[in-house]
Amino acid sequence: MKLTLKIWRQKNSAEKGGFVSYPIDGISKDMSFLEMMDVLNEELTEKGEDPVHFDHDCREGICGMCSLYINGKPHGPQQTTTCQLHMRSFSDGDTITIEPWRAKSFPVLKDLVVDRSAFDRIIQAGGYVSVNTGGVPDANEIPIPKKIADEAFDAATCIGCGACVAACKNASAMLFTSAKISQLAMLPQGQVERKERAEKMIAQMDAEGFGACTNTGACAAECPKGISLTNIARMNREFFSAVVSSDNL
Amino acid sequence: MSWVTKTLSSTLGRKLVMALTGIFLILFLTGHVSGNLLLFKGDGGEAFNMYAKFMTTNPAVKLLSYLTYISVIGHVIYSIALTKLNKSARPVGYAESKASTNSAWSSRNMGILGTVILVFLAGHMYSFWFQMHWGGIPIVNYAGEEYKDLYSVVNVAFQQTWMVVLYVIAMVFLGFHLSHGFSSAFQTLGLNHKKYTPAIEAVGKFYCVVVPALFASMPLYIYFTS
Repeated sequence: MKLTLKIWRQKNSAEKGGFVSYPIDGISKDMSFLEMMDVLNEELTEKGEDPVHFDHDCREGICGMCSLYINGKPHGPQQTTTCQLHMRSFSDGDTITIEPWRAKSFPVLKDLVVDRSAFDRIIQAGGYVSVNTGGVPDANEIPIPKKIADEAFDAATCIGCGACVAACKNASAMLFTSAKISQLAMLPQGQVERKERAEKMIAQMDAEGFGACTNTGACAAECPKGISLTNIARMNREFFSAVVSSDNL
Repeated sequence: MSWVTKTLSSTLGRKLVMALTGIFLILFLTGHVSGNLLLFKGDGGEAFNMYAKFMTTNPAVKLLSYLTYISVIGHVIYSIALTKLNKSARPVGYAESKASTNSAWSSRNMGILGTVILVFLAGHMYSFWFQMHWGGIPIVNYAGEEYKDLYSVVNVAFQQTWMVVLYVIAMVFLGFHLSHGFSSAFQTLGLNHKKYTPAIEAVGKFYCVVVPALFASMPLYIYFTS
């Protein structure tokens, strides 16, 4: 395959970036998108140019490290992570536009790499449970209906990649935050910090400067893990019931 | 800041205000469209004028009307605040965005739709609401009691082609605004469940077509029958 890559290049967070076009040849349809980026970077390195910086880690679609806004969609044309996207989703001769996630709360560090530590701070604000010391409790000692366990697990499959923020017209982090609130709110272990969690995580989400949700559903449509909008409704319930019943004045 | 002001200035609190005022305005529209159906009665406007008098003099309706004004103002002010916040959350936009593949057009353009409706509302209130309260309206007599003849004002207004066209277009905008707003309000309130969400969505789809269509049929009916 012969392609033209239109890639956002930016030296650092202080400097203004811009698009640079790179022609690339000899790409196999079986390559993953990131392998295609590797080929480009090898060529750039051989020419003595600065390779294109992009985030990646496991390349198995489970870590949430890869990003990239490809041809107007987060993680590209398929509903999966960029590392699981293959070049067969593109055609010979295509021009592919590659941009970083765009959000005030995700500043560009270099090229396509953005700082997603805002998500970490939301988790730190309340996305945890109290753990008792002592022996490991028997798994069957805590009764959790299968349906609830499944629903909590569905929410917990969020890998925190930030595609929801990237897709949202308001750069809202509500799908991410709602998944992280939901996975604990539904389980008995999550009850201790339940109210505090909803209040603190949402306060942190706001403090990070993410936008507000307008229920367009773009986040859920683009989420590589299929996190559903029901989580946002649950987060709203958690928050509204927490503010009217918690001890925080 | 107290917990109330803190909640109302949070993103979720502001969304709550949008949802509650939105739902109240949906209720208002239901009442408004039902009452106005009296325009079709063909009695020279007697029932409509009596209804108009009741709506401007009854104390309970008065209270509801104040709630409606507050809802409109609240809905507008909070939407401006939210839009500003949302715009600031993405200072650098995308060079290429395929938003149409993941969301409905109306859901992404509620601000534009709402602005058009607001402008329409200002004109609409001047034409009828303002005239009814403070304008010079002819008086009619039914069974010895005096009534303001709002029906004649409506009748004269909708003889004009541009007015009718404007009203029909405005109702299209209202329909698109409601097509997202109706079900969105319930989602914001946290009411999302497989038992009733399909019903909410179905009612929303029905409502966003039928109510604006009924409103639009009124100027059309008057224009083509008189």
